[in-house]
Amino acid sequence: MLATAVLSVAIWAQEEQKRQPPPEFTSGYFPPTPTEPQPRLDTFAYVDVVLLIVVLSLTAWFLLRVRSRPMVRLLAIFSALYFGFYRLGCVCSVGSIQNVALALGDSNYALPLTVGAFFAIPLAFALFFGRVFCAAACPLGAIQDLVVLRPKQTSKTLDHILGVIPYLYLGLGVALAYTGAQFLICQFDPFISIYRLGGPQGVLLFGGAMLAIGTVIGRPYCRYLCPYSVLLRWASVLARWKVKITPGECLHCHLCADECPFGQIHPPTRFDPPTDLATARPRLIRSLIALPFLIVLFAWMGHALAPVVSRSHRDVALADRLWLEEKGRVRGTTEETDAFRAQALPNAEGYRRAVVARKRIDLAMTWLGVWFGIVIGGKLILLNVRRRREDYETDRSGCVGCARCYRSCPVEHERLGWITLE
Amino acid sequence: MAQQPGPDKKTRRDLLAGGARLAGVVSVGSLLTALAKGSKSEPTVWQIDPEKCIHCEHCATECVVSPSAVKCVHSYAICGYCKLCFGLFLDKRTGNTITAENNRCPTDAIKRRYIEDPFYEMYIDESLCIGCAICVKGCNSFGNGSMNLQIRHDRCVNCNDCAIARVCPADAIMRVPVSRPYMIRTQPRG
Repeated sequence: MLATAVLSVAIWAQEEQKRQPPPEFTSGYFPPTPTEPQPRLDTFAYVDVVLLIVVLSLTAWFLLRVRSRPMVRLLAIFSALYFGFYRLGCVCSVGSIQNVALALGDSNYALPLTVGAFFAIPLAFALFFGRVFCAAACPLGAIQDLVVLRPKQTSKTLDHILGVIPYLYLGLGVALAYTGAQFLICQFDPFISIYRLGGPQGVLLFGGAMLAIGTVIGRPYCRYLCPYSVLLRWASVLARWKVKITPGECLHCHLCADECPFGQIHPPTRFDPPTDLATARPRLIRSLIALPFLIVLFAWMGHALAPVVSRSHRDVALADRLWLEEKGRVRGTTEETDAFRAQALPNAEGYRRAVVARKRIDLAMTWLGVWFGIVIGGKLILLNVRRRREDYETDRSGCVGCARCYRSCPVEHERLGWITLE
Repeated sequence: MAQQPGPDKKTRRDLLAGGARLAGVVSVGSLLTALAKGSKSEPTVWQIDPEKCIHCEHCATECVVSPSAVKCVHSYAICGYCKLCFGLFLDKRTGNTITAENNRCPTDAIKRRYIEDPFYEMYIDESLCIGCAICVKGCNSFGNGSMNLQIRHDRCVNCNDCAIARVCPADAIMRVPVSRPYMIRTQPRG
């Protein structure tokens, strides 16, 4: 009894000791106000948007009208220096997908205008001029394009398989941003650490590896990972003006297809081995039938995986730990649970938040499964669809507009007056 | 060869592509207008809410800027001007002199200036501060909580995904509108 009384007095004394009322000074001293250095972002963000439009317009002009590889390369160097090294790679169009997804999912988050501009402008340009953004305006694309030294053609099969990854990555990135779990695409941006000259070791290694691979396999991130490339692909299919390899009549010499480091130039279809309609048609029908089954299968898998995935959400992880601590199944506390208790909230509030997060993640994972089904099923169908090509043509969605093919074309050489063709 | 269009002729495919282009522009535009949510759509920056911060030292190590863009900011208006400042001195110390074994701050970034008896003004040398929050813990445990971590926007590069926010155990780092980029305490801690 006495001990408790002494203890409570001691605690009371300590509580009292905690606060010191701000003194009243007699010497005429007045407390200064802390400095508040203002963000540079205010004006810079708008400068960035203007520069993005300028770079995209110039790229379209030099790529489609002037047909100049050196100028496109120069613009890419500018983007790597300005958007990359000077502006430290943020905000970029690739990451802006997540801001859009977060704004869709979180009513408290309003999409900043400049971020919206970075998301929409490259897509708008792609609708008219193809992927000029990839050609020279994207800092991630620029750095990869500049290290293509000894390009080797990759096998078509590998291209098809790895080419599915960006679609899946896009789905995952959007789902995680929509649920407010994390910005996965930013976290695993391989080149931002290079532009910032420092970062987490793992990401730096990943970036270094990407650049090393990129000397042989052109633009590995763009082709096999970049989630924004998916949207650009869709937009550039509709492009009004696109890369036309030869300025005159195609000689069918195959030089351009050898030159393209990204394997995005396809020969005329009459050079293809003849398709056996007796096997091709059933295959197409089979893949069409498979589509709905794939969608249902993946949607179910997404739903089934949701509880596991939801543990990566901070609200769910916190609630799990709170529960274990409440039931006495673990000893000690974590920084997270301490911080939660410091807010003087009941545990029930933590559980309530976790339930909300769980529901959102379950929904997002199911839709992610539907998306996976559509992507994989759609890929199977498209593998059986052929478009007729008279001449050598760039891939409508895959061409990044680097302008390398022009200089390989003999007809282009004639146009420039270097040679005379018979 | 009847389907082969001349160079000037518009095919049905061109017309469809034109329509799809228009639809694409309109849909992206309307999506963004809906998401901008009117006047709220101001650029954001990252900031630490002092009421949530638990002074855990992650700010010193996780920031992509080195040394961290997070610094201790002193809100003089709510400071008690203690001679034996809890942010400056360790609670277990050999004496009341400003020496390495008595100081909390590992980089000696907290300075003090005599004002009048018995009051001292504490101020932070930001070129030395590494944002470790050790002083913040002292001030918030025993003092008025006038020392707090804030993201300094002359150093912050405003990553789209703040690397500290990702690991912050208290979820104390949030996006704030660029017109009100600081959350400096105006009341002693509650």
